[in-house]
Amino acid sequence: MPSQPADGAILAVRHLSAEYLLERGAVVAVDDVSFDVGRGEFLAIVGESGCGKSTLLFAIAQLLARPAAITAGTVTFRGRNLVGLTDRQLVAVRWTGMSVVMQSAMNALNPVKSIGAQFRDAMRAHGTTSASLAGQRSAEVLRMVGIDPVHLRSYPHQLSGGMRQRAMIAMALLFTPELVIMDEPTSALDVVAQRSLMVQIKELQRRFGFAVVFVTHDMSLVSHFSDRLMVMYAGQVAEIGPTGRVFGAPAHPYTAGLMEAFPSIRGPRRALTGIGGSPPDLASPPGGCRFAPRCAKVMERCTAEQPGLFEVDGIHVRCFLWDGAAMPVGRP
Amino acid sequence: MRFVLRRVGFFVLTLWVALTLNFLLPRMMPGNPALAIIGRFKGGISPQAVKVLQDQFGVGTRQNPVAQYLAYLRNVATFNFGPSLTTMPGEPVSQVVLHALPWTLGLVGVTTILAFALGTGIGIVGAWRRGGLLDSLMPPVFVILSVVPYFWLGLVLILIFGVKLHLLPYFFSYDYTLTPSLSPAFIGNVLEHAILPGFTLLITTIGTWILTMRNNMITTLAEDYVRMARAKGLPGHRVMLDYAARNAILPNLTGFAMSLGFVLGGAILIEEVFNYQGVGWLLLQAVNNEDYPLMQALFLLITVAVLVAILVADVATAMLDPRTRGAR
Amino acid sequence: MDAPLLPDAAPVPASVPGPAPAPGGGITGARALRRMGRAITANRKATAGTALLALFCLVAAFPQVIARDNPNAEIYPRLLGISARHLLGTTALGQDMWAQVVWGTRPVLLIAFGVGLGATGVAVLIGVAAAYLGGAWDSVLNVITDVLLVIPLFPLLIVIGSYLHGAGTGVMIAVITLTGWSYTARQLRAQALSLRGRDFLEAARVRGERGLYVIAVEIIPTMTSLIVASFLTNALYAVLFSSGLQFIGLGDPSVVSWGTMLYWAENNEAFQVAPLWIIAPGLCIVALGAAFALINYAFDEIGNPALRPLLRRAGRPASRRIAGTARRADAQPAS
Repeated sequence: MPSQPADGAILAVRHLSAEYLLERGAVVAVDDVSFDVGRGEFLAIVGESGCGKSTLLFAIAQLLARPAAITAGTVTFRGRNLVGLTDRQLVAVRWTGMSVVMQSAMNALNPVKSIGAQFRDAMRAHGTTSASLAGQRSAEVLRMVGIDPVHLRSYPHQLSGGMRQRAMIAMALLFTPELVIMDEPTSALDVVAQRSLMVQIKELQRRFGFAVVFVTHDMSLVSHFSDRLMVMYAGQVAEIGPTGRVFGAPAHPYTAGLMEAFPSIRGPRRALTGIGGSPPDLASPPGGCRFAPRCAKVMERCTAEQPGLFEVDGIHVRCFLWDGAAMPVGRP
Repeated sequence: MRFVLRRVGFFVLTLWVALTLNFLLPRMMPGNPALAIIGRFKGGISPQAVKVLQDQFGVGTRQNPVAQYLAYLRNVATFNFGPSLTTMPGEPVSQVVLHALPWTLGLVGVTTILAFALGTGIGIVGAWRRGGLLDSLMPPVFVILSVVPYFWLGLVLILIFGVKLHLLPYFFSYDYTLTPSLSPAFIGNVLEHAILPGFTLLITTIGTWILTMRNNMITTLAEDYVRMARAKGLPGHRVMLDYAARNAILPNLTGFAMSLGFVLGGAILIEEVFNYQGVGWLLLQAVNNEDYPLMQALFLLITVAVLVAILVADVATAMLDPRTRGAR
Repeated sequence: MDAPLLPDAAPVPASVPGPAPAPGGGITGARALRRMGRAITANRKATAGTALLALFCLVAAFPQVIARDNPNAEIYPRLLGISARHLLGTTALGQDMWAQVVWGTRPVLLIAFGVGLGATGVAVLIGVAAAYLGGAWDSVLNVITDVLLVIPLFPLLIVIGSYLHGAGTGVMIAVITLTGWSYTARQLRAQALSLRGRDFLEAARVRGERGLYVIAVEIIPTMTSLIVASFLTNALYAVLFSSGLQFIGLGDPSVVSWGTMLYWAENNEAFQVAPLWIIAPGLCIVALGAAFALINYAFDEIGNPALRPLLRRAGRPASRRIAGTARRADAQPAS
């Protein structure tokens, strides 16, 4: 990938690394991650717990707090590198350009303030001082997600789980930003609510044209909704490419393993296989490819060197299996 | 509403327990203490006063305990605690207490509120500026401060500022050669006398508030909704106050009320050390003079004060935390 | 959050009455103690506190080693200053102050540990019983605990002490224990409650273990660190309360203790003539209290890692990775 954002890309992440400074040492949670997000694109980031995807998300939004911190890389949004900017400098971009939806609305919404008050806070922070204007817009976004505006007066604990989640999405759309970052917003919901929420998100995306970076551990959930899919493993990008292609023909053995673990509702019955072993300890990751200890197709080379990203058929994959098959893209 | 009712019920129950304790304790001690006193003061107090004493302590009366108890309760309800045995000729206890009350209200009331307000504020700022100078100094300094006995600190301050440096007065609540009035000179004198005891009380109680507020804030600052507030681009002070502090302070409010009992205990000792004639000092006078009626009345007064404080804190919590308001 | 899991620490309370502490894992008694041992040596506050406490215990056990004089003997010239013979001088009554301070350690520690054990014992009994039995029992025990919690303790102690015309060490322990257990009982109940639904308890129940067994073998060991913290809290308050009572003359004036020293000091115009008489015992109280408080505070930090002192980043963070990474396939430098 070039070091400049591709045309039409609103977000460019280059060589982003982040670590947690713990007593036993530094744990690198995000290791040299790079990718672009195009205008109106839906990028899904999947991976198991502990792979660094949430940390990556918060790193992009400049929301990491001690003991976590960004250690290298840039995050270019609207032409500016966000890394290293202070909170005050970020105000111009926060919420109006990039907003965030978190996993649990119960935890993400201030329990002692009404929904309307929290909406108003966001608007006041960006210049809307008129209470009536704020109220109008708040009601408007609530209606967009199918919530009766009367709930502006409600407190978070008075809404149902699904409503809370949708209220959070409404809040994220107050300024119709270019990019909405979502950290597993459906994980706390039941299956039916999950799907309905996804449909709603896609619908809103189509209406307002914002891009979405969607983090989840549930690959099957995003398979129908995302344009591109990025698979993370042990803090690194394992594979990234158009969803259809990654799903149809996964290049990385890890991705293939994940596919095998999900039953298909329509396909033929087959035995499910998990991936043996467990993810590496990020305080002292293995020397070569991080997936090598668990890989069914491991080669000698894999334990000696770390693979870069190789391009094959529009997919970038961090695996030596694809080394000869195409030009190595190198460390982008 | 049910919440408030439950709390009031608890209030009444605790009051009843305190009253009953008051009733039972002297009767449980080996040799009824009241006997000696009544004998001592025969002739110095009116017959009605003697009767009240007998009711209170179950002395020389052929009433059965239950009737005694009921009579006792009736007396308490009418603020009839009997004669104070400290003053001659037996001024009613309620009068004596009322004289002393304003002094304690002033000293303890003002100081405690100040300590809570200042302490909470410092705690908030300390946690917000994590890793700063304030934050690193706070824990060890205030841990040590919280174990200093109130009365000993008062003694030390007297030693330094009163005796060695002759800077501040340390005896009584005002210069007793002056006659009390509302003149600025007198008020100034009162304030001057209040500095050392007030400062002692402030120093010993502020530590807890700073520490607990800081710890609560640190935990709250890690919450998702604080991160969300940052993500929305809210200005720093609003995140700190409206999102973090408002949630962090909730457990502190109840703690504040609960600890009032402890603070009052310390205030008793401080009043004693500085001879500050408030309610606490009066209690110890009562102890020294075996003035049991006065002692009992003061104990009840202090208990009621704590209960009222708790009720107020509960109401405040209900106002600040919408989650407690719903019918649960 | 995809943060790597922090080391599992035993749960501990905040130092003030408040919401329930975080529930603990299934850490059994012996392991918990060993872990605490490690935590104590690792945390500076805990080490300092424990060392100080150990020092006091030694002094209490063998006072004759460092103070040869009889603390009660009023045979020396009065109000001497500091000297080699009388390390802290003498009191207005002609007693050797150093001896008084040293020998006074024992009654104080007796009260501290007596109340610590007693009050914690009662608190564990009532707190765990309330949580485990639930229902009406819980409500009743709860009300009792709350009422006692609210009634101002020191005034109550004064009243009782007054009726008793002074309390010696044993009585003091009994009275403070009986009135002061409620504070820690509340915290213990909260933690026991949070453990109720846990799997390892369900497993014990399904195995057919009887209630008492479950309580003694499964629940209580898991609460080890909170129980230790309760012990420290109770000991601390016992020291402060008992010295306060002694100061106003409700202790046993014939027993030499730090609080009674202060009582005699105040009654003998010590301000003017013997400031050390006031300063020395008070400093001892502060030191002992600080020992308890430091250990307790360190427990807070151990249980809630967020409270620990912040680590500093030094130099380029990228160079601080623990394990080296193998040479990459392509040798372009990271930007």
